[in-house]
Amino acid sequence: RAGTILDEEMLEEFEGRLIRSDMGVEAADEIVAELRKKFLGRTVDPPAVAETVNAKLRDLLTGSAGTGTGLAEPAGVEEENPDPLARLTVNPLGPTVVLVSGVNGVGKTTSIAKLAKLLTDAGRTVVLAAGDTFRAAAVEQLTTWAGRIGCEIVTGEMNSDPASVAHRGAVRAKELGADVLILDTAGRLQTQTNLMNELAKIRRVVGKQIEGAPHESLLVIDATTGQNGLSQAEKFSEAAGCTGILLSKLDGSAKGGVVIPIRRRMNIPVKFVGLGEGLDDLAVFEPAKFVRALEI
Amino acid sequence: MFRFPPPSRSAPATRGGPSRVPPSAALFESFSERLQKAMSFIDRGRLTEATVREGMKQVRQALLEADVAYDVARDFTKRVSEQAVGDRVLKSLKPSEQIVGIVYRELVALMGGDPDSEFQPSSVAAQIGVKRDGVTVLMMCGLQGAGKTTTCGKLARALKKDGFAPLLVAADLQRPAAIEQLKTLGEQVGVPVYTEDPANSTPVKVCQNGVKEAQRRGDVRVVILDTAGRLGVDEDLMRELSAIDRKVGPDAAFLVADAMTGQDAVNSAKAFNEALELDGVVLTKMDGDTRGGAALSIKAVTGVPLKFVGTGETLDGLEAFHPDRMAGRILGG
Ligand SMILES: Nc1nc2c(ncn2[C@@H]2O[C@H](COP(=O)(O)OP(=O)(O)OP(=O)(O)O)[C@@H](O)[C@H]2O)c(=O)[nH]1
Ligand SMILES: Nc1nc2c(ncn2[C@@H]2O[C@H](COP(=O)(O)OP(=O)(O)OP(=O)(O)O)[C@@H](O)[C@H]2O)c(=O)[nH]1
Ligand SMILES: [K+]
Ligand SMILES: [Mg+2]
Ligand SMILES: [Mg+2]
Repeated sequence: RAGTILDEEMLEEFEGRLIRSDMGVEAADEIVAELRKKFLGRTVDPPAVAETVNAKLRDLLTGSAGTGTGLAEPAGVEEENPDPLARLTVNPLGPTVVLVSGVNGVGKTTSIAKLAKLLTDAGRTVVLAAGDTFRAAAVEQLTTWAGRIGCEIVTGEMNSDPASVAHRGAVRAKELGADVLILDTAGRLQTQTNLMNELAKIRRVVGKQIEGAPHESLLVIDATTGQNGLSQAEKFSEAAGCTGILLSKLDGSAKGGVVIPIRRRMNIPVKFVGLGEGLDDLAVFEPAKFVRALEI
Repeated sequence: MFRFPPPSRSAPATRGGPSRVPPSAALFESFSERLQKAMSFIDRGRLTEATVREGMKQVRQALLEADVAYDVARDFTKRVSEQAVGDRVLKSLKPSEQIVGIVYRELVALMGGDPDSEFQPSSVAAQIGVKRDGVTVLMMCGLQGAGKTTTCGKLARALKKDGFAPLLVAADLQRPAAIEQLKTLGEQVGVPVYTEDPANSTPVKVCQNGVKEAQRRGDVRVVILDTAGRLGVDEDLMRELSAIDRKVGPDAAFLVADAMTGQDAVNSAKAFNEALELDGVVLTKMDGDTRGGAALSIKAVTGVPLKFVGTGETLDGLEAFHPDRMAGRILGG
């Protein structure tokens, strides 16, 4: 349909597609306003307009749209077969500590297993710490995964202090001379202040054991999440100092567009995506692929 | 004039007990204030279709910010606009107040409530449709991590308290330690859990044998089937769900959905409803700060009644779904 005049009806169509990706009213409105300013009443080629939008979204997601606070995008993002390990900040002096947090049921434990598999396959030694001492059978769940991967796991008593499990995990990782320690945490809603403080405590405790730990703090966000994802990113960042997002469950019909306003407002980059329940279903986040899947 | 929903208690969130749904009256009042302010120009000038349209933009934006599905929000505002330009509003002294009232009433009605009277929840057994005698089979389903297993524990606890002996059936043979999880919850509330070795069974078999076990025991009134999480687009697993439905013939099937879900709520709810004709919806994780527009989306596209809300991780965190509270919450802030 080349040579169509862009009218309000077409703008509404774009708006619908943007909103349905979960990017939120504010970001969608900004994009629509830009289209209105540039193209309203003009003859346009709709796919070309869509491509303009996509380019903007890609820029936003790679941080090149200039949001200011400047979390640098590590190398390897736009490559053909991006190196997954390049996305992790590595501690050159000892074990790299990765803290994983997020609200209930988003896929933390499963994603940790996938990440451990990826690292193990690449020849790294991994220790897991089962920091969810609250949810029924959470420890058994991670233990099962550790068994399948063949990596070491440190566990604690039910209802014991998760910070002490993290502490013992750090001690064990140093003892073993392991490359990576991954800390699982119980799911918690970001409004539960006492539980958010618990995350801050875990950070402090591992920081005392290993210089600069946690070197990576991954927030797991479920791709089905709506606008609450913004509040999640904000409050988890405060408590856990998030350095990246792992966007889980992107294999479903949900688009995961909430990471766009999160990047826009808080500048937290997406590092990995979850694409299934199996150990190999983890991939590096590729902005172009992600934006294409939004089907704007 | 419409009535504001009654305020609900609010307590600090701990793992020790369920947190309450935020006071919706306060939420609704703040919305209603915002909306009335936004539409105050209507009260000064003459009410026209154009001014109503402007007001409805505010409503639509509030709905979208609450994660109500795009099409659902559009249809809703269209319908409300039509009412708003009606006689009653035109002749009223404060049309903006009237419009806010219409929005609220429409929302409550859409979610299965009566805007003119305070919602009176019925018992958990009645909500499930527990039969007068014999064994009633309830099947739980939903996306991964929505809260199915936890909700099974919560329902079992509530049923047991009301004297309807439950049996839990661990039909998730997929997720590592899913069976362990349900067993632990069963122990916590003193309810038996039927399990089979996942290596030598299938979800259909476990469910069939679980129901037989309940009949054999004699005292069991409700069997609750905890199925594995699955995606609406996963055809194999959706077929598996239909197979359980066909071969076990549960009396009711509930969808467990996360209250933080965004625009995808309509897609997955539709997929589950097509696979097995849902009888009810449980909206979990309402103890957080999500506005919960998924409630409206799911109801609008499936017509399936919302029955319960999950208000915490512990097994006492289950409440009846209040349409009036939910309307206030969706519009809130
Ligand atoms: N389809 C799909 N399912 C996933 C993915 N990641 C995790 N899951 C599933 O989501 C459910 C929850 O995963 P968990 O790893 O237990 O989530 P969690 O965040 O650790 O949960 P809590 O510890 O209870 O808060 C499980 O059924 C997983 O198999 C994914 O990328 N795709
Ligand atoms: N805050 C809060 N957490 C909840 C609620 N319901 C469930 N959860 C938590 O959500 C997470 C997932 O719950 P599960 O019951 O394991 O979910 P599921 O649907 O059985 O997950 P799969 O079997 O893996 O698909 C757990 O951490 C639960 O404790 C709720 O109402 N409020
Ligand atoms: K979820
Ligand atoms: Mg977990
Ligand atoms: Mg489960």
